[in-house]
Amino acid sequence: MKDGFTPATPGSALQAATPPSTLRQLRHRGGDVNPSAAALRERFGSAISASDVVWGETTVIIEPRRAHEIVRWLHDDPAQQYTYLSDVTAVEFRDPEQPIEVVWHLRSLPFRRFLRLKALLPRGTPLEVDSVWPVFKSADWLERECYDMFGIKFIGHPDLRRILMWEGYREGFPLRKDFPLRGRFSRAEQLRQALAANPEARYSMEELTIAAAFEDLPDEMRARLAGGEKVGE
Amino acid sequence: MANRRTVEVALSTSGLDAQGRPTRRPLSASEDGNVLTMEPPLPMEPGLEGDHMLINIGPQHPATHGVLRLVLELDGETVVRCIPHVGYLHCGFEKTCEYRNYYQIIPWTDREDYLNAPGNNVAYALGAERLFGIDVTPRCEVLRVIAAELSRIMSHLVWLGTTCIDIGAFTPFLWAFQERENIYNLFESWVGARLTTTVTRVGGMAADIPVGWTDQLGTFVRSFPKTVDEIDRMLTKNAIWVGRTIGLGAMSQDEALNYGLSGPLLRAAGVAYDVRKDFPYLGYETYDFEVPVGTNGDVYDRFLVRMEELRQSVRILDQALARLPDGPVNIDDPRVILPPKSKATSEMESMIHHFKQVMEGPRPPAGESYVAVESPKGEKGYYMVSDGTAKPVRWRIRPPSFVNLSAIPKMVEGHLLSDVIAINASIDIVMGEIDR
Repeated sequence: MKDGFTPATPGSALQAATPPSTLRQLRHRGGDVNPSAAALRERFGSAISASDVVWGETTVIIEPRRAHEIVRWLHDDPAQQYTYLSDVTAVEFRDPEQPIEVVWHLRSLPFRRFLRLKALLPRGTPLEVDSVWPVFKSADWLERECYDMFGIKFIGHPDLRRILMWEGYREGFPLRKDFPLRGRFSRAEQLRQALAANPEARYSMEELTIAAAFEDLPDEMRARLAGGEKVGE
Repeated sequence: MANRRTVEVALSTSGLDAQGRPTRRPLSASEDGNVLTMEPPLPMEPGLEGDHMLINIGPQHPATHGVLRLVLELDGETVVRCIPHVGYLHCGFEKTCEYRNYYQIIPWTDREDYLNAPGNNVAYALGAERLFGIDVTPRCEVLRVIAAELSRIMSHLVWLGTTCIDIGAFTPFLWAFQERENIYNLFESWVGARLTTTVTRVGGMAADIPVGWTDQLGTFVRSFPKTVDEIDRMLTKNAIWVGRTIGLGAMSQDEALNYGLSGPLLRAAGVAYDVRKDFPYLGYETYDFEVPVGTNGDVYDRFLVRMEELRQSVRILDQALARLPDGPVNIDDPRVILPPKSKATSEMESMIHHFKQVMEGPRPPAGESYVAVESPKGEKGYYMVSDGTAKPVRWRIRPPSFVNLSAIPKMVEGHLLSDVIAINASIDIVMGEIDR
């Protein structure tokens, strides 16, 4: 061992009673249920509509607008300690009747548990769900990506804007099933827009006001930027 | 915390003290021998006090390791705010793969985190196999461990080499890339490809290892630790290296967890979370290895953690070589494994399976799986949702670099502009994985 190391005992800081092992011979449905599912049902009652085990992974379906409260409890409760948010994403099925699902993958490192939370957003309702950003800072970019790709609004996120696509992207939300694989606009239109874009407007207003840089710009360009012009528009 | 730890500086460099901080030599002494204080620095350029400057780094800057763009607000040379922009390499992997069957996705996994292609292949195969309800053969498991650990070494070597260049050391880069070349040669003789290996299949591997391959790997396993030791001697106690890395971008345990860091970044902060230990796969619980953990979560600790991970990977490789069992590599399941060509052209049943698999692709039952592995960058997860057809409804990559990079505004705050490069390098980002 080199300087500065604490050779760690295997695994997390708190040790679970049974050492973990590779999952084998998993069943499609059924199997060991994560005890947190029952605890959630007991604590939140009607906000938990169902729970299911698929391939050994427990899924709990929650009410979209109580996500923050539920995740906060899972994070803070000493018997749960879900302190690690692996992922936030969404799923849209090919069947247009099926609701869009927002999925959270949570890990409780001390108890070595894995939990999947899901919120169902039925068609025809606004795609809105609670942000878990106040609990997990890691949700910042993950929720932005989910918004960028699916158009799901995370209520309570401080800075919900596009992340992988550029801010002036007009074609919609790429991972939605009604979005064609090659994009909505023709190649000619995409090229026309790219050529018409103002290459000077690479900075957001927020960034430009950092410095005196904004004062140095020509009057005409300052007016255009102040009017909200972005690259790609 | 940083000053609790002393790093012996073996290679002392003039102008730096034992902690690697620059020392100033007095220029003159008075007649009675007292040292004269140095002249105070020149006053700031008039009219610039209090002004913040806007600096743009990237997207075409070699030190951003790809097409990352950082917009920095500077007060003098100190970073006040950092606004990262990603997405320049976005090419819709997840969307495209909704139109591909489960085999056709494997080559895409090579290309997202392209420094860790075999590791991604293994992770993807594990995810798909859970969706199909398949357990692979013991020989396949060990071969996958070998592929994943070789891939970890490759990725860490690239990280080491490029970070050295960013910070100003050139020699370790050459040593690291020489060893990486050896691993590429190993993969070339195994599957024919070097960078984009596509080494796994659902239910098995692309090919069994060729005759004599274990001997080649054995040679590598014996010689590689010497290179690690050399690099270790070159950097770990080097005053310049220590001075450029210690105390930078430190994250506490709670912060690191809350920001979702994983891999060496999280472990450098003192959280011993390693997917191989906590949620094991491929029988990792039966291998004897340790998870290195740092205390300060700074760039120097991340370096130490990665160096130790190189050694631990060699340990795992050594054990895997010793236990590599004989037997088939692919499972015996006509749903997912192509029959041998000789059978496909002679037996009716095999021909039907062959036709079905090639023309339609295997169909998993409706369901979903999230399988995470410990990639060199952190927790890499594949989330797959199937509706019972041959193509996934959703194939989601949980990119560790993406989540790690999202903490960069927090890490660089208050540091100098030149340290931004070191901190960014320590995150070990691959833009192919971040933008997908």
